[in-house]
Amino acid sequence: MSQPIIKLTNVSKSYDDHNVLKNINLYVRRNEFLTLLGPSGCGKTTTLRIIGGFETPSSGEVLFEGMDITSIPPYQRRVNTVFQKYALFPHLNVADNIAFGLNIKKMDKGLIKEKVKDILTLVNLPGFQKRSIHSLSGGQQQRVAIARALVNEPEVLLLDEPLGALDLKLRKDMQLELKNIQQKLGITFIYVTHDQEEALTMSDTVVVMKDGTIQQIGSPVDIYNEPKNSFVADFIGESNIITGTMIKDYLVDFAGRKFDCVDKGFEANEEVDVIIRPEDIKLVKEADGMLLGQVVSVIFKGVHYEMMVTSNGISWMIHSTLMVPVGSKVGILIQPSDIHIMKKVKAI
Amino acid sequence: MKENRVVAPYLIWMTIFIVLPIILVIFFGVTIRTESGLQLSLDNFKRFFEPIYLMVLWRSIRLALISTVICLILGYPMAMILASNGLKMKNTLVLLFIIPMWMNFLLRTYAWMTLLERGGIINTILNFLKLPSLNILYTEQAVILGMVYNFLPFMVLPIYSVLIKIDKSLLEAAEDLGADSITVFRKVTFPLSISGVISGITMVFMPAVTTFVISRLLGGGQFTLIGNLIEQQFLFVGDWSFGSAISIVMMILILVSMGFMSKYEKENEGAGLW
Ligand SMILES: Nc1ncnc2c1ncn2[C@@H]1O[C@H](COP(=O)(O)OP(=O)(O)OP(=O)(O)O)[C@@H](O)[C@H]1O
Ligand SMILES: [Mg+2]
Repeated sequence: MSQPIIKLTNVSKSYDDHNVLKNINLYVRRNEFLTLLGPSGCGKTTTLRIIGGFETPSSGEVLFEGMDITSIPPYQRRVNTVFQKYALFPHLNVADNIAFGLNIKKMDKGLIKEKVKDILTLVNLPGFQKRSIHSLSGGQQQRVAIARALVNEPEVLLLDEPLGALDLKLRKDMQLELKNIQQKLGITFIYVTHDQEEALTMSDTVVVMKDGTIQQIGSPVDIYNEPKNSFVADFIGESNIITGTMIKDYLVDFAGRKFDCVDKGFEANEEVDVIIRPEDIKLVKEADGMLLGQVVSVIFKGVHYEMMVTSNGISWMIHSTLMVPVGSKVGILIQPSDIHIMKKVKAI
Repeated sequence: MKENRVVAPYLIWMTIFIVLPIILVIFFGVTIRTESGLQLSLDNFKRFFEPIYLMVLWRSIRLALISTVICLILGYPMAMILASNGLKMKNTLVLLFIIPMWMNFLLRTYAWMTLLERGGIINTILNFLKLPSLNILYTEQAVILGMVYNFLPFMVLPIYSVLIKIDKSLLEAAEDLGADSITVFRKVTFPLSISGVISGITMVFMPAVTTFVISRLLGGGQFTLIGNLIEQQFLFVGDWSFGSAISIVMMILILVSMGFMSKYEKENEGAGLW
């Protein structure tokens, strides 16, 4: 495997007494689309700003191709940023905004013009050169911000929730466009979002963060199928999280009965979190079920129905394309491989 | 017509205190007193274009320009320091700037007289340190000093209020695109503060070009400025017609330069000076 282009080792950051990042270790490979995902305030922006050079870590270091760049100012880093609120220069028109970095590099004027034209075509805004920033819609400003960063051909592009201000439809389009651009230009993307769906669709690697710590790093499929703890499971997609007891290897007790499962390596009678995805639960006839329950609500979600079923005082969220009417008595069926057992996260 | 009733007092006030005086000034400006009573004439204006009065006009403009430039050179960095992020006692400092403005303008200028006098505080200290004394009072420099001192806050405050409104992420974006701190200033901070600079220049130049107190007190009457000329015509010579004519010339001058400034500002809107 080639050397990582960016590496954070033991990076911590605190403001006064407030620890915002706690011992972050992370590497990013060349041409990778890596996403920092986590709830608001978990330190995503701070991590990105440390990579961009706008914050210095309280301890730890940032390596760029193996070189320590922790104390190098932003303007000397081969990294560009698309800011959360675009930060386009209001006194310059679209072309001058995009050419800002190239002008500083004293590039030939004719060449700059050419590059601005090409990049505007790439972000789907051909002919927008002379437009003023105020005259652009949110989505257009967004594209100009991306173009302004991309035109410098950075080795790494940092994007802080770049699609946050857009409506759903435009966001979906832009997700595809960004992914295309990233693949076409072969630039390493470090992307920040709190939208798990966005993270799963776009990324090669997802880093799930919480309270300034990394919870899990992995491919979208790994993160979804093998969440490391109940926080990740809950944050990525929807989950039923129930407390259970591990009787012995491959046997777990929850919801009032014993289930076969595929997990091992826990202590006998250890309290564990049992996590089951709503789409992994089958509703069957009462006689065929492992648990008995009653449907209490049904919501149509577009592709599937989301049903709440109570059984022995536990409510289960179940996704299915088949609708079972409210009030029906049903059986619940869960396959051993769909039962994910996790060590209990200590309550904080 | 309810609206009319609401604005009526204001209209009356405006008529009495603004429109009427201007009409009077224009009336006096275009008439001269002769044996046979008042007579319409442009002699007053012709008289103003005699070399001696043009000299006064030129001196007023020159001193006001010098003071404005000095205020800009001193005021811009001050405004930047005030607006800088890390500053803990920002409000205290801004207050320190404003407090002298609450004090009477005359008092402040008199204070400089006692500071600059031959036997004044500055010279006492210089003598004490065995340094040659400074004879600055009643010179052009003293007049400029007085203007800069009195009008500096009018330069600092508009620039400051524009600077603090600049979105910090714009500066970060510039830095991100490869600009060192000088380039960030040249390409982002300064162009975005142009409107503050222009209103600062206007707010310093206008009172400086029309002042008569500073030049009389600190210039000792040796440096007649246009303001002094007007004052003399009304209070000592009693030639209201000529005084009014000079006032009109002055007003036109101010209006023209204000129009010029606002036009310049508009042209610069959305385009860098650099
Ligand atoms: N300059 C600062 N001074 C003090 N605390 C700060 C500062 N910047 C960030 N923080 C704190 O650090 C924590 C992490 O902030 P950060 O902006 O990295 O969160 P985030 O994950 O990007 O959240 P969001 O999704 O809401 O943008 C927050 O609790 C925030 O209040
Ligand atoms: Mg953020």
